[in-house]
Amino acid sequence: MEQEQLKEKIVALLPEAEFMTNKQYLDVIVPANKLHAFVTSLKETNDLKFDYLFCLSGVDWPNYFTVVYHITSSEYGHSIVVKVKTDGRENPEVPSLFDIYATAEFHEREVYDLLGVKFTNHPDLRRIFLEDTWVGYPLRKDYKDEINIIER
Amino acid sequence: MSEEKKVIVELDENPEYIINMGPQHPSTHGVLRFEVSLQGETVKYLIPHCGYIHRGIEKMCESLTYPQIIHLTDRLDYLSAHMNNEAVSLCVEKALDIEVPERVKYIRSILSELNRIASHQLWWCAFGMDLGGLTCFFYGLRDREKILDIFEESCGSRLLHSFVVPGGLMHDVHPNFKQSIRDFIKYFRKLLPEYDTLLTGNVIFQNRTRDLGIMSKETAINYGITGPSGRASGFACDVRKVEPYSAYPYIDFKEILYTEGDTFHRYKARMDEMWESMVILEKLLDKMPDGNDYTAKMKPVIKLPEGEYFQRVETARGELGVYIVSDGNKTPYRLKLRTPNFSNLFVMNKLTAGYKIADLVAISGSLDLVIPDIDR
Repeated sequence: MEQEQLKEKIVALLPEAEFMTNKQYLDVIVPANKLHAFVTSLKETNDLKFDYLFCLSGVDWPNYFTVVYHITSSEYGHSIVVKVKTDGRENPEVPSLFDIYATAEFHEREVYDLLGVKFTNHPDLRRIFLEDTWVGYPLRKDYKDEINIIER
Repeated sequence: MSEEKKVIVELDENPEYIINMGPQHPSTHGVLRFEVSLQGETVKYLIPHCGYIHRGIEKMCESLTYPQIIHLTDRLDYLSAHMNNEAVSLCVEKALDIEVPERVKYIRSILSELNRIASHQLWWCAFGMDLGGLTCFFYGLRDREKILDIFEESCGSRLLHSFVVPGGLMHDVHPNFKQSIRDFIKYFRKLLPEYDTLLTGNVIFQNRTRDLGIMSKETAINYGITGPSGRASGFACDVRKVEPYSAYPYIDFKEILYTEGDTFHRYKARMDEMWESMVILEKLLDKMPDGNDYTAKMKPVIKLPEGEYFQRVETARGELGVYIVSDGNKTPYRLKLRTPNFSNLFVMNKLTAGYKIADLVAISGSLDLVIPDIDR
């Protein structure tokens, strides 16, 4: 499906969605409280069928975090990028999508581990790579590592 | 006497026995720990614990320039080092809108396929060994040596090549490049049937793998299982077909698909891929243009324009995704690596529950996990 057609379908699903221009994929910015319902309809609408979440990443921006979902359809082959901005950097929260895509459960644990974004309703939100007693979230830009200094 | 006995047989009604498989265990092929709950010999559930060799590659990338990052990507899935290099290079080229010379595209794809065969050979060695066939290990390593020699001749190193750089290749390939690959194909075509005689047709092997750890297509898609493991379940996830890159659009090849999704067919998918890779290699070698250009014109300092770029590449184990967020500097603002093994690992609980502990080894072997790729 072409990006324009896809855009029309998504506007019909969620009128308040914002779009960003991207040469490769269609970027959609969705408010956090609408994310779960929106992605459910992406997966279940008959001519969209976005059933394969191939990448889930978190990005640290100066005033907020974004969680980025790269989703594609195994049947039709069209792809979409869904982005969610968190409310500030103090207590970032995004709804979990573990019940829509099983793989999200583990990718979300990774984002939680390295960036400290909390996923509400997640069944098992523990650190995945670092030990449980680790202090801080290493992928944050303001993370200070006293021993192994990494600076841009 | 009888009173003493009474004390000994006092048992919990539902005894739960938890053992740790790993972090040092020969059949996890690296430092990975499975927390396995057993009832008798049957697996009740399994929790994977990873992160023993987490090196923070994504964090390190944020302070390195793009040509430097190439050398870190080797260390993800060290058996598909070439494809990992290619993924980052393609992503940078996409961002800069650079078209690499045709010859480079062919060389990249040829080396990818060689790397795929080498990786599947090592997997075959290890899988046979997991199931008790030590001879496999010697057969596989004997033939893998030939590919490593080709890599040594052309790339300068055997395992971690760092041969693909943004814009092209590090240096030109050896003049003997085409001939040595043709020689290898001729050699390996004769020896690959030996693998089948030794292992595939073996009754013990078949009994231990058929109808074991069945993964449905829905599960494969839901858990994001890619590569031969996903294709054995009927999930057409080959990135070479879905989003073709390098020289793959120029040639016609078969995507290996099975619908059974059991351990044996995950094995079969990889064996067939080795045959198919040799066909791809021959087609690519026939079409590869002559000349000696190995790189496009690149600026000495690579700065990506502000924006977000994504590149998908098919490694030997599945789909590798590189997601670069750039703020216009010479280092990335954020670089995310979607590694195939990370997704493939977490289906283990679903596949092994209800099977015997000896089957666990067969199932994890058939997923072909490489631990540094999980932990990053």
